Amino acid sequence: MTRIIRAFLQPILAVFAGLCLGLAVTWIAGENPWHVFKILCLGAFGSSYDFGMTLSYATPLVFTGLSVAIAFHAGLFNVGAEGQLTLGALAAAAVGALWPQCPSIVAPVIAGLAAIFAGTFWGAIPGWLRARRGSHEVINTIMLNFIAAGLSSYVTLYMLKNPETQNPETRTIGVGYMIHQFAIFGGAPVSLALPLAILAAVCVWFFLAKTVWGFELRAVGQSESAARAAGISAANVRVTALSLAGALAGLVGVAEVLGNAGRFKVGFSPEYGFIGIAVALLGRNHPLGILAAALLFGALHKGASALDLETEHVTRDLSLILQALILLAVCAEGLWSWMAKKQK
Amino acid sequence: MDGEKTKMIAQLLTSTLRVSTPLIFAALGGMFSERAGVINIALEGLMLVGAWAAAVGTLMTHSPWLGSGLGMLAGVLLAAIYGLFVIRLRANQIVAGMAINMFAFGLMPFLCKILYDVTGSTPAIPIADRFQSAPAYFVWLFVALAFVTMKYTPAGLWVSFAGEHPEALDAAGVRVNRVRWAAVLVSGALAGLGGATLSIFLSSSFSRSMTAGRGFMALAALIFGKWHPIRAALACLLFGFAEAVQIRLQGVVLWGSQPIPVQFIQILPYVVTILVLAGFVGRSRAPKALGTPFLRG
Repeated sequence: MTRIIRAFLQPILAVFAGLCLGLAVTWIAGENPWHVFKILCLGAFGSSYDFGMTLSYATPLVFTGLSVAIAFHAGLFNVGAEGQLTLGALAAAAVGALWPQCPSIVAPVIAGLAAIFAGTFWGAIPGWLRARRGSHEVINTIMLNFIAAGLSSYVTLYMLKNPETQNPETRTIGVGYMIHQFAIFGGAPVSLALPLAILAAVCVWFFLAKTVWGFELRAVGQSESAARAAGISAANVRVTALSLAGALAGLVGVAEVLGNAGRFKVGFSPEYGFIGIAVALLGRNHPLGILAAALLFGALHKGASALDLETEHVTRDLSLILQALILLAVCAEGLWSWMAKKQK
Repeated sequence: MDGEKTKMIAQLLTSTLRVSTPLIFAALGGMFSERAGVINIALEGLMLVGAWAAAVGTLMTHSPWLGSGLGMLAGVLLAAIYGLFVIRLRANQIVAGMAINMFAFGLMPFLCKILYDVTGSTPAIPIADRFQSAPAYFVWLFVALAFVTMKYTPAGLWVSFAGEHPEALDAAGVRVNRVRWAAVLVSGALAGLGGATLSIFLSSSFSRSMTAGRGFMALAALIFGKWHPIRAALACLLFGFAEAVQIRLQGVVLWGSQPIPVQFIQILPYVVTILVLAGFVGRSRAPKALGTPFLRG
């Protein structure tokens, strides 16, 4: 019982501490922290449009949070969700731009599969490198992020360039590819990608908790030697885990390209991949926790965008500071074990 | 024609030395921390605060030397926060490193807004107040110093042991975490200096995200250089050369009808790092205790 309480209490305390510290910073800057907090809340939840924008930021974060979490369960650190989602989005946009007349019944599915495939491929590379060459996935995924950024910008500018604009973006995809957007959010791009994200969370939960593969994956994450003694191939599990992580991150392409922009824009992601690490950590790598954490970070991102206009000294960058502080509070292992000791 | 070619090569080499400077400083910083067993993903953020503080310091004092001193100090301060979390509070070093980067990227535009009422950049620094070439020479002094420290001094030995065999160091009566603290702070100072060279040497002001992944590139160079100060500095030169080529070749048509896509040159350092780590080109081995917090038993 106390373990469950701690599982809930720790993230909530971390969020509280992070928010308080971050708002204290705004106080030093000469703002009224309560005023800033109100702007954050109103900006994120004030109207159905604002709430819709919050949800549309939260959707990619669910995918990247799940991506990081599934790798975590296998004892791997996926810092590469950013690169995987970049290539996923690029693949979806490429399919949609190169085959615009595709019948609309299958179009989103085909583009979605392309996104999943591209993400899987980009996740499998560090998985294979770790399993077969023993090189650490953290460095490899960071490097692959930069490579994905370079590749996607090359493909966008030299192969799929949108002739109608100076912006670095691809041609628009065929109309048949766009997935349904919900009208109740006053024009905010909340699409079928949101239920897809929730479905993905359910699938990840089912996979980890109820299937043999999920058990094997967690076994390798807990103890490689024990897993090996049980006849589980750690190498295979690692490749699978990072491939799955890549697939989940690739689904961001569905939310961004098919559900929102209708094209690939270079630099569209405000670092969804990195925030996904925070989401997974705050959500304690549990799909339900990830849904909640994604909503929180989505709200921070949306809420902070109002700060530029509404305050004198505080800019939207406050959301980065808040996220960083929350992340630091969550990951401070020593602090939490010290507090647990104090209670006893 | 030949004279022009020589001139172009000379320009390319000077520009290589210049753009490598921030990378070398940061890579040396990363070396101290990683050799002591603390992963340093935070280099990027440390460089960014260094760049900011150096620009502010130079604007206030009109001396690039005092400015870089301030940049160094800012790096040390942020590194102290990082150290507090990863050494004292045993936070996951990768997560904490990411968080420190995020923090720096959020804080700097915010401070610019408070100081200058401009979001995300400082006013331009007059050319007379900036460095013209000094850092490009001085950095090699630091490389030599780092090499001598690691190879010939007890401090260097302690750092190596803190990263390879912390238990042995502890048994010898040296506090592992003190060595790691020192290494992380030095790392912040050097990365801060690296950032300083970005804002008051290579450009004329601080701008948001001006590090543009250089912290990670320095990390890549460190790995490519097998965590060795001189080899890491040479790797930085190689990556700097790639950057210089990319600046010079922007829009130049070498063959066919299309200019060379800069993206391919941009990603080269990262591809090379992956290949090296995987053992396809040489082999690079990390310090044994890299990433594991030390807790006295």
